[in-house]
Amino acid sequence: MRMKSAFQVSPDDNVATLLADADGELVAIVGGKGSTVSVTGNVKMGHKVATAPIAAGDFVIKYGMAIGQATRAIVPGDWVHLHNCASNCDERSSTLDGETGAPTDTIAAYD
Amino acid sequence: MTDSPLQWLGYRRTDGRMGVRDLILVIYTVECAQFVAHAVAEGERGVHVIGFPGCYDNAYAIRLMLALGRHPNVGAVLSIGLGCEYTQPSRIAEAVRQSGRPAESFFIQDIGGTTKSIAEGKAAVRRLREKLEAGAERVPMGLADLVVGCECGGSDGTSGLAGNPVVGAFFDQLVDAGGTAIFEETVEQIGLKEILMKRAASPESAQALAQTYDKALDYCRRVRQYSASPGNFAGGLTTIEEKSLGAFAKSGSRPIQGVIKVSEAPPRRGLWLMDSVPDPHFMQFGYTNPNDSEGLMDLISAGSQVVLFVTGRGSVIGSPVAPLVKITGNAQTYARMEEDMDFDASQVLTGLQTIPTAASALNALVCRVAAGEPSKPERLGHREYFIPYKHQDTPRLSRGCRK
Repeated sequence: MRMKSAFQVSPDDNVATLLADADGELVAIVGGKGSTVSVTGNVKMGHKVATAPIAAGDFVIKYGMAIGQATRAIVPGDWVHLHNCASNCDERSSTLDGETGAPTDTIAAYD
Repeated sequence: MTDSPLQWLGYRRTDGRMGVRDLILVIYTVECAQFVAHAVAEGERGVHVIGFPGCYDNAYAIRLMLALGRHPNVGAVLSIGLGCEYTQPSRIAEAVRQSGRPAESFFIQDIGGTTKSIAEGKAAVRRLREKLEAGAERVPMGLADLVVGCECGGSDGTSGLAGNPVVGAFFDQLVDAGGTAIFEETVEQIGLKEILMKRAASPESAQALAQTYDKALDYCRRVRQYSASPGNFAGGLTTIEEKSLGAFAKSGSRPIQGVIKVSEAPPRRGLWLMDSVPDPHFMQFGYTNPNDSEGLMDLISAGSQVVLFVTGRGSVIGSPVAPLVKITGNAQTYARMEEDMDFDASQVLTGLQTIPTAASALNALVCRVAAGEPSKPERLGHREYFIPYKHQDTPRLSRGCRK
């Protein structure tokens, strides 16, 4: 079977977007700097994996621009999402459920 | 793929604007007249319908209806009211006539009921069509004469990677050819203030971009809601900045000439940002981008003769007045909804096509549609529209060029 791929927009990016679901496997990086990355665990299509180490507090870079800050250390192949990356604008983003994206800060309203 | 024309024959209106379709527009002025308006247009070639549902009038909505009635693709207007609403069909017709286009109007209550009003409307369409066909001046048009607007909706992970960047590269080609491009969705530029400002063509443009950005950010802060939904996050977008950068990619790379509001035509050629966010008002009415059709009407109100819609997940909308071209960067969406989707940008992601190559193919498609080839939504008869109550400050007349 052909290797799955992840798309990197700019060579300056430290993440790439998976074009298929990946599960602990090596994927090809299309665009950007090219090469491959070994995905840690199960990451879904459309989600991002790190292609370089990102220290806590460092910018997560996509499109050659900061899309947020790492809230903990991230190693290459790691899923990068709400659990380890926070917006610099939207204070609610890091309170959202990591799987579904649903808000958790307004749960009391359903009581 | 068939060869694309670099020039085609368009329609020059007496106000000098050039269109790519020769339409009669039926405009109703209250929801109560909606049925009759659609029945008048039913079965008629080149007759489109728009209208405003409210009985109480709204300056924003009136400006929008007039901008559509005097659109370059529209050659004549019939305005139909019930008879007791605030918005006046006769005033709409008079304003349209002042632009040199034939226009008529009537109240359903004056004509006397549904059947008579439909017959009167059809007779008016026949009279307008005779004038239109006698007065249509066909002139050569090219990319330099085009205004193209773009928005995205039903986005997925591919929209920011393929669909929007391909439109951005096409916009660069359009602007370089002397044409005009309009992008919108200022609430999807949150986090990008510095990037926006760097793209300003002039200090005036930088000031307008900063004000527009601050207004959108203030709107988002007040409602504690940024333009990202649970589905966006579940689909892999992590922050509003990430979504913004993907949406902003459709602006391409050329300098931004300035900001226009809804119903305002760009005063010069080049790339423009449309601000459709409500301005502060005591009633605080009006939502930003309540749905995709509303955004398309905004882009058309600025004189776009063709509009583009980027959708990763797929969509089945069309638009009246200006043909809609639908683009997806998702190969599965294109395969599943090929009947509705005009352009497949997905090969950019597999590395089979570069972004500039895909942009040239899109350019050729836009030219063919401008030359008269029906886009897929047009062929299917899709003409969705949405004109809401909203408040925007009246654009300054001193900007000129708004006929």
